[in-house]
Amino acid sequence: MSYGHRPVLRGATCSFPRGAISVVLGGSGSGKSTILKLIGGLLRARSGRVMLGRQDISRLSESQLYEVRRQLGMMFQNGALLDSLSVLENLAFPLHEHSRLSRNEIVARVHERLSSVGLEDVDELMPRELSGGMVKRVALARALMQDPEVLLVDEPFSGLDPLSTKLIEALLVRINRTLGMTMIVVSHHIPSTMRMAGHVVLLLPGGVVEGNPATLRNSEDASVRRFLTEDTDASEQILAHTHEFEAGEYNPVRRRGAS
Amino acid sequence: MISRLGRWAGGVLEELGRVAVFAGRIVTVTFRPPLRAREFLDELFKAGVLSLLIICVSGLAVGMVLGLQGYNTLVRFGAANSLGAVVGLSLIREMGPVLTALLVTGRAGSAITAEIGAMKATEQLDGLRMMAVDPIDYVIRPKAWAMLVAMPLLSAMFIVTGIVGGYFVGVGLMGIDGGTFVSSLQNAVDFHDDVAGSILKSVIFGTLVGLISTYRGYTATPTSAGVSAATTSTVVLASVLVLIFDYFITALWGV
Repeated sequence: MSYGHRPVLRGATCSFPRGAISVVLGGSGSGKSTILKLIGGLLRARSGRVMLGRQDISRLSESQLYEVRRQLGMMFQNGALLDSLSVLENLAFPLHEHSRLSRNEIVARVHERLSSVGLEDVDELMPRELSGGMVKRVALARALMQDPEVLLVDEPFSGLDPLSTKLIEALLVRINRTLGMTMIVVSHHIPSTMRMAGHVVLLLPGGVVEGNPATLRNSEDASVRRFLTEDTDASEQILAHTHEFEAGEYNPVRRRGAS
Repeated sequence: MISRLGRWAGGVLEELGRVAVFAGRIVTVTFRPPLRAREFLDELFKAGVLSLLIICVSGLAVGMVLGLQGYNTLVRFGAANSLGAVVGLSLIREMGPVLTALLVTGRAGSAITAEIGAMKATEQLDGLRMMAVDPIDYVIRPKAWAMLVAMPLLSAMFIVTGIVGGYFVGVGLMGIDGGTFVSSLQNAVDFHDDVAGSILKSVIFGTLVGLISTYRGYTATPTSAGVSAATTSTVVLASVLVLIFDYFITALWGV
């Protein structure tokens, strides 16, 4: 994979266990978000394979990829909400497109999802009227509308205050525990990601290192230990001054009559 | 020098190929349900209704100038009574479709490119793809078709207001008889040769502007500078191509 003449993820191999929260960490420009885009088929690798279960999706055509993407949900870094649609319309959009649910059923489902991410009375708001934290939560709710098997989450904590960061973290953990949904989270925020991760993929200049958080923290490789501990200490200090809160319940509703 | 020219020609051909594939994808999704009538009407409103004011004001001004210049020229040859024919034919055959296309390119074409480019820069197009919705289907198709439909309608409005402007100057200010102005116009304009040709030009220009503005937005570099460059490129490219196509349509079909 390369951007212009700058190669990224050269020779990289990594895996993400089913049902776990996997976190991808690495410096800026290391290719963290590129991994998500490769899995979603938004970018094509020059060589190599992207296996989703037993299917190699790197060779699929765009129309075949649309079928694969119905199993995937993606929360983009800046939300990627359609700015010409209200919050209600944004969340209803995937169901309008791919299900045969009635309007009332769709609205009920939207309200359920909004309440599961701790939002009420935002139906008529436009994306530009939402705060950064609200945009993230609406984007998360939209990514979950079709109950995907794999949730791709790009920088869920960027630009958020510590309180909102903890809220999103709690939501992701709750969704994973409730549904056993496979999650691949890309983040710079090491404290949150290390708390929630069941599996960590570290993109370092020397190559990819992966394993569970405890193993990596005690790694014999000094660069791995340094990467995981330096930021953690600073961020933990900030988080120590924030309040605890409860995230909303996440109640999955299986799709009915979906096409 | 020759190799540079070859590379340039190769690049142009490659780009033309990409545009053709893009146009092919629009045509393909056009016949695939859902029809997206609501999105189409929204876009028709933005490209058509919101351009009405600038089209009517410009049409009126151009018609008044044509009336004034036409009268001053014709009166030298004692043919002032043909002012209606001169104003009408100029507007219907040439100025209506061409000036409308240029004005709509500046107002609506640039807006389409900027909107699609901004959607790309904010990952909204990728968001659609991740929801298994083809952006060509949901975003591009309604905009391209709205431009194609709006262009002949706007051109007709331009022509009508232009004739009103010419009538106002010729009859109201220069003292030509109103009946003479209208009958001269009526006798000179032929539906098949002039009006149908004018509609054909508008439809071709609408297709051209719709295709260029959506393509430029869709392929814009996803940065603010990239969107800005794509918008500028839409206005320049579409304007030049409208003028070039105008020549060839006139030469080939005598419109």
